[in-house]
Amino acid sequence: MRAPVNRIIPFSSVDGPGNRTAVFFQCCTFRCEYCHNPETMQMCVGCGKCVAVCPAGALTLTPQGVAYDISKCALCDACIHACPNLSSPRIRWLEPDDVLREIRKNEPFIRGVTFSGGECTLQRDFLLAISPGVHQDGLTLLLDSNGWLDFSADEALLRAIDGVMLDVKAWDEQEHRALTRYSGESVRANLRFLAQRKKLEEVRTVVVPDRMNAEETVHSVCRTLVEVGRADVRYKLIRFRTNGVQEKFRWFRSPTDDEMHALESIAHEMGVMNTVLS
Amino acid sequence: MRKMSMEEVESRRAAILETIQDRTLTHEQKVTALARHAENFMKVLDEPEDIDEMLRTDIATQCFCNLYEGEAPYRPRYITPDYPKFLRQGSEFLQLDPPKDLFEALNSLMILYHNVPSITNYPVYIGDLDTLLEPYAEGLDDETVKKALRLFMTQIDRTILDSFCHGDIGPKDTRVGRLLMQVEAELQDAVPNISLRVAEDTPDDFLLAAVECALKCAKPSFANDAMFRAELGDNYCIASCYNGLLKGGGSYTLSRLRLDNIAKKATSLADFTDNWLPHVMDVMARYMDARIKFLVEESGFFESSFLVREGLIDRKNFTAMYGMVGMAECVNRLMELEGRPGRFGHSEEADRLGVAIMEQINSFNNSHFNPYCEATGGHFLLHAQVGIATDHNCSPGTRIPVGEEPEELIDHLKNISLFHKYFPSGTGDIFPVDITVHRNPAYILDIIRGAMRMNIRYLSFYASDSDVIRVTGYLVKRSEVEKLDHGQNVRQNTTGLGLGAKKNCKAFDRRIR
Repeated sequence: MRAPVNRIIPFSSVDGPGNRTAVFFQCCTFRCEYCHNPETMQMCVGCGKCVAVCPAGALTLTPQGVAYDISKCALCDACIHACPNLSSPRIRWLEPDDVLREIRKNEPFIRGVTFSGGECTLQRDFLLAISPGVHQDGLTLLLDSNGWLDFSADEALLRAIDGVMLDVKAWDEQEHRALTRYSGESVRANLRFLAQRKKLEEVRTVVVPDRMNAEETVHSVCRTLVEVGRADVRYKLIRFRTNGVQEKFRWFRSPTDDEMHALESIAHEMGVMNTVLS
Repeated sequence: MRKMSMEEVESRRAAILETIQDRTLTHEQKVTALARHAENFMKVLDEPEDIDEMLRTDIATQCFCNLYEGEAPYRPRYITPDYPKFLRQGSEFLQLDPPKDLFEALNSLMILYHNVPSITNYPVYIGDLDTLLEPYAEGLDDETVKKALRLFMTQIDRTILDSFCHGDIGPKDTRVGRLLMQVEAELQDAVPNISLRVAEDTPDDFLLAAVECALKCAKPSFANDAMFRAELGDNYCIASCYNGLLKGGGSYTLSRLRLDNIAKKATSLADFTDNWLPHVMDVMARYMDARIKFLVEESGFFESSFLVREGLIDRKNFTAMYGMVGMAECVNRLMELEGRPGRFGHSEEADRLGVAIMEQINSFNNSHFNPYCEATGGHFLLHAQVGIATDHNCSPGTRIPVGEEPEELIDHLKNISLFHKYFPSGTGDIFPVDITVHRNPAYILDIIRGAMRMNIRYLSFYASDSDVIRVTGYLVKRSEVEKLDHGQNVRQNTTGLGLGAKKNCKAFDRRIR
């Protein structure tokens, strides 16, 4: 069983508590306008447009698709910029054991692994397969998920993981559809369910002033957490930044410090004190 | 005593006049420099042959370096008094009764510090400040203790005028340890240097408080308690930059091999390992023997110091530090000589060569005997020296050169873990971190815990936007370095060293993590 891995970051400080290895899978179920790594959204279709722009000769077009030679790659990202398909030719198809080997290189400096993406739950079977090895080493396994999957219907996956860091992008259904092109219904249901099941490690909301009603989202997330008695869950409010974002959405504005503090105050007033501004 | 030519006398007189007329030195700095000039008129050491071409030559070719220790040692390089004993008994010489409360204890310590010499004339070890003061803080509220500590630490910073002054805390969680860190984070001073000894049972929240403090003021650093304890016993302390030494003693002297320059002389790897390195190691060891012999047998220090008389130090607790620098440049040069492509810190083969050189140095040191180093089995302790301001293309100890740090921190740590075990008398690595990116001090806590398990001895972190930063082993304020660079005089001697390290050693340009 192999999964498409876009990137593995050995030490990450921003993908959950402490120091963690972060594994980014390729392919996502949402199409968020403000995504800061849009090249992870889709699988490569082998069109070959990137091959011509690679200055290092690391890419070749073969009948099976674009072949990638990591030893020649200069990590200049020219291929990603040339891709018309929100994808990347720099994907490695890895077995759970391959990924486990890469994780183990970072022990004992890490306390866990975070699977991210793309959308990591697309690789649900891979996660089930790697979970025992991760736990055997005393590491925790967290998911960074957009919440499209109905976690309440997947007991095996819940047992294989230690927690989910859930993106709640917009509470309002129309706003959610406009931003991601998909319904937010499962996200809202997962927030409540994962919190109740004590599998909610963190909630995250990206703040885009003028475009998104962050006040409503923060308010509704906090109300849900309080209702299920989980006001202790960490809530990370993330400033929108233009880094990596598709050209056509870079006009979105980053929030000011005052705007961020105002949102944090909403959470605090509702009793959700464990907030992080990022 | 050997003779000196009139020509040499004249050149030394010119150097003395230069010191007197220097517009950037403070009065204290001039007095220290003038004392060094006077000492260097002496030629009393029974030195090995061949030493001038190895030591007293252009710094670009010297094979070993005595770090400008004077020509007639009259006090040990580093002294680490038994402070608990001092507080228990007071001092007859200093006319001090045993202190009865925190205020008396702090006052007594300040007085003793003024009377603890060292190579810099300032104390390099000021005690295990947490356990030393914890009993005196009992019954006082936090604000009172903090006020007393604030005054104490401020006085240390303003009167001990270089940041080779070092205080220790940990591995146990203490109230004074926590309050001291709070005060240091507020004060943002370069002096003193502070180490937290980290053990498996050091509580996470205490360690986290230390990480948060380090990100505000570049201290404490994190010392591997289990390693130091296994090598030196329970009676160890961290002094000066990061030097493991025995309490109630210290180090007579420190010289350092210039591995980079030794490799430049060799014509092949075999010429280096079979001829040059063994020869230089032998001459440097015998030079250190000569220094120790004069200090112990002829200087009169151990017969006259009240520190000895009152039992605050004992010659039997002293050792000496056998130092080295320039491993990275040495390995790179030897790899080139052998026509091999790898570079230190980036190739397993190059790192293995570095380890082989360390094994050779370690094995030499274990076979060299000095009668006055009983405390450490008759041997010197290896030391990865942090470099001096004039070092150029010569990295401290076994550090990867600034600008060549591996892209991934994990690869950097793996290189470090190969070398730290060789240096009971100290080594360390430094990482500036961009905490506005991380906002996650537990990230650093995990790295520290992992490092301790990987036999990494000593790590320092500072926030990349901090004013107080760690240069090589000591701390400076960036704002003070700027002042000095514009020709203003500054209080602390280490600011000048920091300016040199910035210009020559790229010490302000480390890869930010």
